[in-house]
Amino acid sequence: GYEDWLRHRADNEVNKSNVFVVENAKQVRKESEKIKVGDIVEVKADETFPCDLIFLASSSTDGTCYVTTASLDGESNFKTHYAVRDTTVLCTDEAIDTLTATIECEQPQPDLYKFVGRIIIYRSNQEPVARSLGPENLLLKGATLKNTKKIYGVAVYTGMETKMALNYQGKSQKRSAVEKSINAFLIVYLCILLGKATVCTTLKYVWQSNPFNDEPWYNEKTKKERESFKVLRMFTDFLSFMVLFNFIIPVSMYVTVEMQKFLGSFFISWDKEMYDEEIQEGALVNTSDLNEELGQVEYVFTDKTGTLTENSMEFIECCIDGHKYKDCISEVDGFSQADGPLKYYGKAEKSREELFLRALCLCHTVQIKEADQVDGLMAHPERKYTYISSSPDEIALVKGAEKYGFTFLGLENDFMKIQNQKNETEMYQLLHVLNFDPVRRRMSVIVRTTTGKLLLFCKGADSSIFPRVQQEEIQQTKVHVDRNAMDGYRTLCVAFKELTEKEYDKIDRQLNEAKMALQDREEKMAKVFDDTEADMHLIGATAVEDRLQEQLAETIEALHAAGMKVWVLTGDKMETAKSTCYACRLFQTSTELLELTARTVGESERKEDRLHELLLEYHKKLVQDVPKNQGGLKRSWTLSQEYGLIIDGSTLSLILNPSQDSCSSNYKSIFLQICLKCTAVLCCRMAPLQKAQIVRMVKNTKGSPITLSIGDGANDVSMILEAHVGIGIKGKEGRQASRNSDYAVPKFKHLRKLLLAHGHLYYVRIAHLVQYFFYKNLCFILPQFLYQFFCGFSQQPLYDAAYLTMYNICFTSLPILAYSLLEQHISIDTLTSDPQLYMKVSDNAMLQWRPFLYWTFLGAFEGLVFFFGVYFLFQSSSLEDNGKVTPPKERKMSPVLSLFLFPQLALDTRFWTWMNHFVIWGSLAFYVFFSFFWGGVIWQQQRMYFVFAHMLTSVSTWLAIILLIFISLFPEILLIVLKNIKEKNHQVRNKMM
Amino acid sequence: MAVSYSAKEEADGHPSGGVGVPGGGAVGGGGGGAVKTRKPDNTAFKQQRLPAWQPILTAGTVLPAFFIIGLIFIPIGIGIFVTSNNIREYEIDYTGTEPSSPCNKCLNVSWDSTPPCTCTINFTLEHSFESNVFMYYGLSNFYQNHRRYVKSRDDSQLNGDNSSLLNPSKECEPYRTNEDKPIAPCGAIANSMFNDTLELYRIDNDTRTPITLIKKGIAWWTDKNVKFRNPTGDGNNLTALFQGTTKPVNWPKPVYMLDSEPDNNGFINEDFIVWMRTAALPTFRKLYRLIERKNNLQPTLQAGKYSLDIAYNYPVHSFDGRKRMILSTISWMGGKNPFLGIAYITVGSICFFLGVVLLFIHHKYGNRNTSADIPN
Repeated sequence: GYEDWLRHRADNEVNKSNVFVVENAKQVRKESEKIKVGDIVEVKADETFPCDLIFLASSSTDGTCYVTTASLDGESNFKTHYAVRDTTVLCTDEAIDTLTATIECEQPQPDLYKFVGRIIIYRSNQEPVARSLGPENLLLKGATLKNTKKIYGVAVYTGMETKMALNYQGKSQKRSAVEKSINAFLIVYLCILLGKATVCTTLKYVWQSNPFNDEPWYNEKTKKERESFKVLRMFTDFLSFMVLFNFIIPVSMYVTVEMQKFLGSFFISWDKEMYDEEIQEGALVNTSDLNEELGQVEYVFTDKTGTLTENSMEFIECCIDGHKYKDCISEVDGFSQADGPLKYYGKAEKSREELFLRALCLCHTVQIKEADQVDGLMAHPERKYTYISSSPDEIALVKGAEKYGFTFLGLENDFMKIQNQKNETEMYQLLHVLNFDPVRRRMSVIVRTTTGKLLLFCKGADSSIFPRVQQEEIQQTKVHVDRNAMDGYRTLCVAFKELTEKEYDKIDRQLNEAKMALQDREEKMAKVFDDTEADMHLIGATAVEDRLQEQLAETIEALHAAGMKVWVLTGDKMETAKSTCYACRLFQTSTELLELTARTVGESERKEDRLHELLLEYHKKLVQDVPKNQGGLKRSWTLSQEYGLIIDGSTLSLILNPSQDSCSSNYKSIFLQICLKCTAVLCCRMAPLQKAQIVRMVKNTKGSPITLSIGDGANDVSMILEAHVGIGIKGKEGRQASRNSDYAVPKFKHLRKLLLAHGHLYYVRIAHLVQYFFYKNLCFILPQFLYQFFCGFSQQPLYDAAYLTMYNICFTSLPILAYSLLEQHISIDTLTSDPQLYMKVSDNAMLQWRPFLYWTFLGAFEGLVFFFGVYFLFQSSSLEDNGKVTPPKERKMSPVLSLFLFPQLALDTRFWTWMNHFVIWGSLAFYVFFSFFWGGVIWQQQRMYFVFAHMLTSVSTWLAIILLIFISLFPEILLIVLKNIKEKNHQVRNKMM
Repeated sequence: MAVSYSAKEEADGHPSGGVGVPGGGAVGGGGGGAVKTRKPDNTAFKQQRLPAWQPILTAGTVLPAFFIIGLIFIPIGIGIFVTSNNIREYEIDYTGTEPSSPCNKCLNVSWDSTPPCTCTINFTLEHSFESNVFMYYGLSNFYQNHRRYVKSRDDSQLNGDNSSLLNPSKECEPYRTNEDKPIAPCGAIANSMFNDTLELYRIDNDTRTPITLIKKGIAWWTDKNVKFRNPTGDGNNLTALFQGTTKPVNWPKPVYMLDSEPDNNGFINEDFIVWMRTAALPTFRKLYRLIERKNNLQPTLQAGKYSLDIAYNYPVHSFDGRKRMILSTISWMGGKNPFLGIAYITVGSICFFLGVVLLFIHHKYGNRNTSADIPN
């Protein structure tokens, strides 16, 4: 609906924006949608690139430009891109026009950080030159040019072929469970409709078999009617019955549901309790279609970093050569005093210390941003600059080094400047950056000191560093790393190696070769990296704390109490993740942990067998040994031992993608059963794709439970898209997640109100809305059906056409809409504080067949009461007090009917705001007004003339209306009272127990 | 029904002062000031804290309501029932299907039989009719609500539209034209207008005194004066105004000869107007004549012998229909209608009974409630 329109408008904005294309040495203005591949495009500072460009030349002579990809991947730092070496001089319109070159590049693919291509430049008097093109030459659509006056680039991918467009995997339409129920109900009503039409058609022909019924003297057919074929006539009769009864299908419900969802979603974004002062933003609704789904969630999949934790990193401690360094002030760690070497300065050799700190200062991709362009992040008043980086860990590390006296001053012309402890500035020439990637889980830099020494610094996860350093160095550091991980810190190991000139030359050559390669460049690069980062020396390790988000534990407990199962899917280490889980009370001390990790399974070749043994053992423990009688008590956490499961990525892939296709699929289902029995599941070392796999696995289990994924980073996007409801945290890892999500909230704790209050309310509201619509239309159309028995099955409508049309649109839609927007059958505060209430609406409880039948019976009852009530009560009294015959009943019906529905709704409304009052009484007033109006004007075929006014003058009409309204409400009132008594009884009994 | 009115005060509970927003303030005042923030306004509406009236249906609140409703409904029902019973109503079926009936000879009349078949039915009123009496004719098994029938009319023609007069709507088929002349009034409804003539005589010692039947004032004022109009033109001569049209097939005489009085002739003839308001059910009655009370001393119709003279023109036997003549007085609540009173009494009693039953249950449970509290 509206969201699509917004999207369309945004599309237009992008497609029609002006760009400058260089044609025949002149600038030509074009709409961006008209750019063709091969056009040379000029982009000025602070403009976004209209398509993927190969960077040819820039206004700066060195052929570089700065680009921020904040809108693509959320990294707000400036990235440097390089022009092709041979074209950097062509920095005017005229010059660039002289360029003759061909570009070969790979087929478009979605990976933002991969690009392989080759440019062949032809010059009139020289051999053609071939240059390789890499991601550093490619300017992506959506990125913004910064700090560079203008650039020229040639379009290589446009439109849907750009990396940005390829990454936008057209959001699959998410449908909520409510919609599925609606469709099921619709089918039932469609059957009722067909049934009614068939019955009426059949009876019509039975009735008409009597000639004086078919064509009495007073009502002859036209010649045409008489001559038409009988089969054809039957068919048209059937169709006209369908038309007559089609109001039973609540078409306007779809409109109302859409409106309810759309308008209702505003309440989520308006909620000030979900507003975060820090980032100055509240909740965001991207897909209003899923409001009610928030009230149905059974599984919550959450990311750890940035979701459960703040993702604001703080350097806590480091260890150098096994000696622990910690911030003196916060030194109160009691138990760590007892074992292992302690903090004191100078334990390690001074040189090692400095080396370590230099490593921290050099081995990163942090950039300095001058303070005058503060964008809110990391603003430090006393400093004139801020650090920006794609990873908050790096900033924490650089700041940590600063605390120990080594300050990173920035990068100037390939030289990194460092201020050391003696306030001297050291310069290092940056030769190569071996970028971080999640597969290697480490990064390296190669620098040349002023004295000409070549150094390689490498930092990365312990698992990726330890195998690459001298084994004898590991032991002492490993103790620290493990303990830090236990404490929930993120640990990184730092290693270095000195390179000889010869080694460097080789590496340099290999790297350049790899960069030039057109095919398999990735693999080649990885191989070079792998070779380079070997035989290093471990210097130390760092520990960075990632603080837990506020009210995390309470939120998790509330979610548990509401019957949701919380799974943590993280890429982090097991120990870190586990301690976070304990900290946020996902695991209690009483929880029995089942581990399916590399540790328990082992590394041997038999690990598959061992895994299967473990699976069977756990399965026995959880599924088979549990007494069967628990079936009735769904989700009763309190009853028995709680289990928590820990599984890591490699084991998971072993289960999901078994090596030999023996009986392994069986183990998959066993694993699933185990998972479903556990209260909490922790999956660590997950790749983004595996996260999505897990979500899909749970989503497709029996009963298809509603899943919710919450995450903040680009690595969570896949699982956010996969789950029924995707929630993005507006965190520090960029906006990728929140843009792909259905809802975005600032903090994890907001999930509580979002689900428990908003979700619950919206579910109740929409469920009621849907049921009411079916009820209302059944109640409206049933008399019409019954009337056919009294008018010779002639398709005579009971209601005047105007009332038929207005009924759904004007008389009855607004009250229910107001109800469905404002109803709070339980106050929001109660809902948030009592999570148990959430379980009341779980499993789509209000849209099951039972409530549906209840509403259907109610509708049928009221239809019957109303028709036969009018039939009997007005039968012989069709006189007014002045003796004139009142208008025919059919006309009377329409007025009376609407009067019925308001009280019905009123009865169910528990929360009468002035808006409800206004809308309900307003609709009633409008209805009366309309009736007078409609009865007061002369129209073609006006049969309602003054009927309404005449009707109201009759006392017996009033009496009958009052009586009928009361009778129709009777069952509902009775039911409510009985339920009330039963509930209280129940409470009393509970109290007595 | 007890209600709890919880006016939720606008809890101005900001967690902290906020950056650019001074803490909330008056309704709708949030987010003001020079600093533009995206902080949601702290209004009652946006925070879903509108004051609301929350009715709670509990046994305690509904029970008294049941009793009260019972207590209100039963007297109303009795009142209606008594009123309805006091209404005098007399009905004669003069279809004549039974061989013994005087009208049996007319059973198979056709429309245009001249002179009309007449028959006389004698009857006795046991009770006198005190107030004004309304005389109805009733038809059964006559589907005036058949779709084909209902739409077979031209309202603009009846409203005096001259072009529709000569060119009636297609809806009137097959009663639209006759012998290439447009029919006025066209359509099946008009064509089948009830045309029996009923006359009432009081038989007093073998002398037949005719009772004055008033034929005006039986249609709605709005119908007679607004909805139905004769065609307009020079002069008031209806014959000239209806020039160029022909009478409905079944009518013995054209529409401008329905009555001698000019203000009850043509389309604004009240018998015609009454007939044109189609009935909703196949059994219906329509007002035929009024009998007004002459003076305060005598009842309108004394108890005694009467005879009904019928000019039997309207054939109903062919479709198994019945014809009735009804004499009725009315009250403040309209005509005789025992159902309404009975329904009120029944519903009132049920309410009362349920009230008692629920009270019993409630009481029992209430006792348990208190007894449950004591041991604790």
